[in-house]
Amino acid sequence: MCLGVPGKVIEVDREMQIATVDFWGVQKQVRLEVCDAPVDPGDYILNHVGFAIRRIPPEEAAETLALYDELLRLADEQDLMTADVRAEIDAAPDARPAPRGAPDESK
Amino acid sequence: MNPSDPFAQMKFRDPARARGLRDALERLVRDADHAPVSVMHVCGSHEQAIAKFGLRAAFPEELQVIMGPGCPVCVTDVPEVDEAVALAKQGVRIASYGDMLRVPGTSQSLADAKAEGANVDVVYSVTQAVELAREHDEEIVFFASGFETTAVATAAILLDDPPDNFSVLSAHKYIPPVMEIVAEMPETKIEGFLAAGHAATITGSAVFEKFVERHGLPVVIAGFEPLDVMAGLVKLLEVINSGEPRVENAFPRCVTREGNVHAQKLLWRVFRPTGGRWRGIAHVPNGNLRLRDEFAKYDTRKRFTIDASALWSYAPPKLVQQCQCGDIMAGIASPSDCQLFGKECTPDKPVGACMVSAEGTCRIWHQYGGRPDLRSMRRGAA
Repeated sequence: MCLGVPGKVIEVDREMQIATVDFWGVQKQVRLEVCDAPVDPGDYILNHVGFAIRRIPPEEAAETLALYDELLRLADEQDLMTADVRAEIDAAPDARPAPRGAPDESK
Repeated sequence: MNPSDPFAQMKFRDPARARGLRDALERLVRDADHAPVSVMHVCGSHEQAIAKFGLRAAFPEELQVIMGPGCPVCVTDVPEVDEAVALAKQGVRIASYGDMLRVPGTSQSLADAKAEGANVDVVYSVTQAVELAREHDEEIVFFASGFETTAVATAAILLDDPPDNFSVLSAHKYIPPVMEIVAEMPETKIEGFLAAGHAATITGSAVFEKFVERHGLPVVIAGFEPLDVMAGLVKLLEVINSGEPRVENAFPRCVTREGNVHAQKLLWRVFRPTGGRWRGIAHVPNGNLRLRDEFAKYDTRKRFTIDASALWSYAPPKLVQQCQCGDIMAGIASPSDCQLFGKECTPDKPVGACMVSAEGTCRIWHQYGGRPDLRSMRRGAA
């Protein structure tokens, strides 16, 4: 449970302090009020129980992602570490699809 | 694949670097003026990585890497579980992280209470507990477990104007003080600590500086990749051998000296550290996080009269008396020292808290095997 999970920021709602974050193809809403650095689309964040606890610059993300790639690729539901990672992703609510024609903040 | 090569069996991304780190560990243990060298980590995720990837097979035989009190669910004390169980039995709806349900109280766990009809929900986050409170008129108590990393999320929620029918029964724990307790245990042979990277993301590495000053034991912060863990251990042994204890950060891509200062402010605005017992270990001064008086409105302990006395007229079964979770969490015994491990005590029928939680040493060893036989294979091959 202390294992945060990195995800890629797709979109940021600064007013609500919520980011849409992609975790291996699953888009989730992650709260930003605990994070100490401004987060932009393209950054990675470390998600713990639905909150971003740190911004990870994109150039440093690859090393962090490797462990999770491995755990999720094996997709062993019985595996404790994989289960922890999935629980961390499940902790964040699903992202709502953006309404049609809404301005895309990521551009 | 050469079956006698542990690195062929382990799924390292970079076997060459793994071998390099293994060689460095062997050299450093050889250079130490004594054997064995014992170090402790305090994180269930570190133990998962070590056990899952079979790292102990790669460690020199004279290096002991011991898991300490790194499982927040496991160290939640019996009276804290009793509070939640008593409330549940009074008819109050409880929401908690899944691992907390099966942690034994004096006579019952939350799962037992649920089986008898109590209303207990599993949530993945405190946000989901707040949503439950928004969706229902009844009182929702969030039985909150986890170290400082997780407590920050609880703090953020309490600062975000949760509904009036939401309250927090805090069993949050703070890791730095328990390291002092373990360091002072007369049985301990620990020469240094590997601190958990993601907790230190919040607290920063500076939080360990006073500890190092007081106890003369080095602390190295490490990440969770198998290579991160090995690199952290190499750094830790280097500092031990140098004879100049200090804090080193071997996980700089996530951890700074100051940490997430903003998150620390949220944490300490909502919580105050207070002394309390950690299950099986000891009274830990400043080891428990409780709500400050300003948040009394959301403090389950202030909001309800909790009477757990009905749970106490009970003698623990013999198996529980044989359980060695306490010594295991203090790092002075390992699961294989416990005669119940894997026999009377399994993940399906756990006797102690360490077999319940995914971060408990016994549960992790039961799944992955804590001391793989690869080591003897390597010896056989040599």
